[in-house]
Amino acid sequence: MSIDGRIVSFWDHELAEASGFGIGLKGRLPRDISVSIFPSASTAQVVGCPPNVIAPNRASKLPDDQRIVITGIGLTAPNGNDWDSMRDALLNKRSGVQPYEIRYFGQTLAGICDFDTKRYQTKKDLRRGTRAGSVGVYAANEAVKHSGIDWENTDRSRVGIYVGVTEHGNVETENEIFVIKGFDYDTSCWSHHHNPRTVANNPAGEIALNMGVTGPHYTIGAACAAGNAGLIQGAQMLRLHECDLAIAGGTSESIHTFGIFASFNSQNALASHVNPAEASRPFDVDRNGIVVAEGGCLYTLERLSDAKARDAKIFGELVGYAMNTDATDFVLPNPERQAECVNMALRRAGLEADDIDIVSTHATGTSSGDTQECSALRDVFGRCKNTRINNTKSYIGHAMGAAGALELAGNLKAFDDHVVHPTINVDQLDPSCELPGLVLNEPQQVPRVDYILNNSFGMLGINSVVIIGRI
Amino acid sequence: MTPAEIRNEILDILDDISPDEDLDSLDDEKPFREQLELDSMDFLDIVMELRKRHRVQIPEEDYGHLASMHSTVTYLEPKMKEI
Repeated sequence: MSIDGRIVSFWDHELAEASGFGIGLKGRLPRDISVSIFPSASTAQVVGCPPNVIAPNRASKLPDDQRIVITGIGLTAPNGNDWDSMRDALLNKRSGVQPYEIRYFGQTLAGICDFDTKRYQTKKDLRRGTRAGSVGVYAANEAVKHSGIDWENTDRSRVGIYVGVTEHGNVETENEIFVIKGFDYDTSCWSHHHNPRTVANNPAGEIALNMGVTGPHYTIGAACAAGNAGLIQGAQMLRLHECDLAIAGGTSESIHTFGIFASFNSQNALASHVNPAEASRPFDVDRNGIVVAEGGCLYTLERLSDAKARDAKIFGELVGYAMNTDATDFVLPNPERQAECVNMALRRAGLEADDIDIVSTHATGTSSGDTQECSALRDVFGRCKNTRINNTKSYIGHAMGAAGALELAGNLKAFDDHVVHPTINVDQLDPSCELPGLVLNEPQQVPRVDYILNNSFGMLGINSVVIIGRI
Repeated sequence: MTPAEIRNEILDILDDISPDEDLDSLDDEKPFREQLELDSMDFLDIVMELRKRHRVQIPEEDYGHLASMHSTVTYLEPKMKEI
């Protein structure tokens, strides 16, 4: 059946088999038409249906207590300190990249957040804790507020905190070494705060302390795949009923360690540009590396049954996810494994590639990384007619452990406004990044957005993909 | 340093450690912990700051002398009078 480029899966494989089409048969339909299958029918019937009908996914067949939905979003990004302002910046092409100076390394560029650090913390909290913790505390409180949950009457022992981080402890360790250098490396001047600041669970633990959460809290160390990994962990814990509310996503304080700039620079992978707003330029032929950014994005995740019970506003459903590993190199990505990860997420979601309306890419602006991801995407989405592809790092830089969660948030409003924000700064598309559906430099209005697929990949070959569906 | 200067220095350290507190009404005779939200890590900050700022070493067995402003200044006076 070929009416338009849209692929619509059959609701029920058993019904499809009974109809004589067999498992996996697909019909290509326009957005306002769906397929109705009847066990007794020998052919699929094309019927008009309300424009709200979404291509079915496998998660929708699960019981409500196994379906995981997003009910709140809290974030700070270099170009916005809440979901609305970030979306506005993306649609109006406002970058958050600025000139930045850090000790030892000197002048560079970075994505810098300017959220109100004292909205949820005292000066003493800020002095004692870490920047990643502060970012996390802000994002978590904002997410809970956004969710409309009756927090005062929430059983905090049933709340879990799952925070993705690329790294943690470099900032604090560098600070202490800087301090003791002034005392001729006398280690008795090394702060007693160093250990609680640098334990790997710190950002999640600071959120727990701030919000009185007594359920599980920990970080998920997953390089730059961590934002997605935090979401996935939260969803898994909800499905296991280890918690009733998950605060999940990722944070980054990475711009406060000179080491990350120096290391990317030594790798010839640190971006530079006379105009900071144009420095992060994935897919452009003149891209020259990564703009390091800080930020955080945490979601409140709930089981659909709980969200329905409190009549919560739902911003999307986690209908599929996957993580895998390249096992090929410390830094170079492997497009074959990345494509496998994307395909695994699609398969688990029960979706075809063409069911995805927006692919939010990981691309960081490095020469090989962008090319490799585009190769993986070409493999999966190369023949799709409805799939748009964009990149959010072109605005905010690479927010490391927060990147996946922030970039997903930047796209989620497309469910409602039907606009795909573009990848900016692409003056000349690198031919090796050529892909159908790339949205470049100008926002694109689309008829509807039902599914968003979010890529997030990291060093040591860690890959993560999440698919969020409109509900 | 004179006792008054030592007191001012301790106030400055406390202001760093507990920036949200109002130190103007501090009673020198009362224990810090009865007036300020100080925990053991904050207390160690006092010790650390004295070490960093003035190279004053305070052995653990003497920590009890730092209970109140009065006892702290009295304890530190001989250690800091040459500073």
